[in-house]
Amino acid sequence: MDVFLQQVVSGLATGGIYASLALSLVMIYRATDVVNFAQGEMAMFSTYLAWSIMNHGAPYWLAFVLTVVIAFVGGLALERLIIRPVEDAPVLAIVIVTLGLLVIFNSVAGWAYSYIIQPFPSPFPRTPIRIGRIVFGPHDLGVIGVTLLMLALLWLFFRFTSLGLALRAAAQNPAASRLVGIRVGWMLALGWGLAALIGAVAGMMVAPIIFLEPNMMSGILIYAFASATLGGFTSPGGAVLGGFLVGVIENLAGTYVSFIGTDLKLTLALLVIIVVLLVKPSGLFGQAVVRRV
Amino acid sequence: MTLEDAGAPLAPEVAGPAGRAAAARAHAPGAAAVRAAGLLSLGALACLLPFVLSDYRTFQFTQVFIYAIALLGLNMLTGYNGQISLGHGAFYAIGAYTTAIMVDRWRVPYGWTIPVAGVVCLVAGFLFGIPALRLEGLYLALATFALALAVPQILKHFDAWTGGSQGIVLSKPAPPPGLPLSPDRWLYFLSLGLLLLLVLLAWNLLRGRAGRALVAIRDNPIAAEAMGVNAALYKSLTFGVSAAYTGIAGALGALAIAFVAPDTFNVFLSITFLVGIVVGGLASISGAIFGALFIQFVPNWAQDISKAAPWAIYGVFLIVFMYVMPRGIAGALLMLGRRLARTTQSHPG
Repeated sequence: MDVFLQQVVSGLATGGIYASLALSLVMIYRATDVVNFAQGEMAMFSTYLAWSIMNHGAPYWLAFVLTVVIAFVGGLALERLIIRPVEDAPVLAIVIVTLGLLVIFNSVAGWAYSYIIQPFPSPFPRTPIRIGRIVFGPHDLGVIGVTLLMLALLWLFFRFTSLGLALRAAAQNPAASRLVGIRVGWMLALGWGLAALIGAVAGMMVAPIIFLEPNMMSGILIYAFASATLGGFTSPGGAVLGGFLVGVIENLAGTYVSFIGTDLKLTLALLVIIVVLLVKPSGLFGQAVVRRV
Repeated sequence: MTLEDAGAPLAPEVAGPAGRAAAARAHAPGAAAVRAAGLLSLGALACLLPFVLSDYRTFQFTQVFIYAIALLGLNMLTGYNGQISLGHGAFYAIGAYTTAIMVDRWRVPYGWTIPVAGVVCLVAGFLFGIPALRLEGLYLALATFALALAVPQILKHFDAWTGGSQGIVLSKPAPPPGLPLSPDRWLYFLSLGLLLLLVLLAWNLLRGRAGRALVAIRDNPIAAEAMGVNAALYKSLTFGVSAAYTGIAGALGALAIAFVAPDTFNVFLSITFLVGIVVGGLASISGAIFGALFIQFVPNWAQDISKAAPWAIYGVFLIVFMYVMPRGIAGALLMLGRRLARTTQSHPG
């Protein structure tokens, strides 16, 4: 039983990371109907930025804030400059452009920062917290807390600010939003900016666990895809819940299903994606898209 | 900018007046002779190449032919049929491992393993194509991307068969007795021959009824079904045939490199294939060859700049091509040809 609970707890912690990246995927999907394949690499790149800012002597939280701001502006700029021209193009064109971004970020990071693995500091204390016989890593708890905090802030933003309302409107009905004076193009860019920001936070949260490296996000991106698919690509809350679920499933399956162990974990994510898409393509909390023929 | 008219070069029936005019010009006796002469000299050049180039260069061109076969397969699925696959590296891996296991473990003569790899991938692709029927656009891209990421792990897991991360070492296939060719040259001609055969097959398949059905499903699935096209059957069959092409390429690749290892079949292989069809030209058979030349030689040149440069260049090419040349090199050449033909027509002499 202790092993079980311990695995659930560590599953929740890794799940928190999947959840935050899934959250940024959902942000972009809701704003622009695009699945951003470069999301993981954008997060990785932001984390490298934080790392080099810290290397120049800045304290953690200053680097954190600077990175988040740069990521936001960068995401905004990406949408304006790179994604905008293919906004109305077929899906294939958009997928190809975001894949192009993926390989560019990946190789530029390799070019600028080399492929050597680097340690990344955690802002949370080190001493593990024990409750009964279960050990909580402070960083793990921190990750869960940060994820939930981001979700809450997003909810507040979308629910209670007029900018949030405008963003939702632009995503749901661009034509009508334009008629009431919302600048839809900028709202989409804002969606990308927010997603890049959330991704940057996710990157800085995961880097202390798996270390900093240009390919660090590829596995996590797949789990984030699985989480967003499970929770529903249209639902931020669903994506976060999906992230925690996928984290727990991954840990439990790794422990109790000997066939899976640690070396088939990515296959598990693939299975989750395919099964969910086949059984309930809109995910647990997503809205099914009804199309008029 | 759309990909809507990307099927035009091979299906003049759906190409509209411009395409028909071009086809008519191509059928003019002069143009046909020029084209035949061009193809003949190209063929002669291809046959001469391995005798003037070093073994290493010959190997590189062998690899071009192998990539071209794989790209042809992917282009059928993604270019013609509009089903996005970011995981064709998986089928390449299945083909490669089928050959490697049969040659290494069961001592099967390598010639037999190539068609077997094709059949295994045909079945695997068809089976993967069935759930893919329910996944449209982005979601199919997602599922296949996950497949591409999972391949190395799956290969390592079944290490009793695949040799784990050590991979399987093969010996270079010997030319059939009586043929005075070095192994490198023999592989070159074997790949070239298979490529020609598969190009002919693809051309026959795509220029007729089946090709039109694929393009129709891509451009307007509902209208296609209303016209009596069995979309589900066509789509899963296309997945199968496309996987078979890529699997044959994988089998040849394993023989040419004489080594298979899980980490060579990572997600970047699948992205490389996508780069190939985008740069070469979506929904174009000749595009597969341009794309293969691109993915074989451009990284080699770029490697001199930096280890990371090839991928940065790939990424830039992917995005720039989507903006300015959505039909790739093949499409651009076709347009250039038409423009030339038009100017020579309007200014005779």
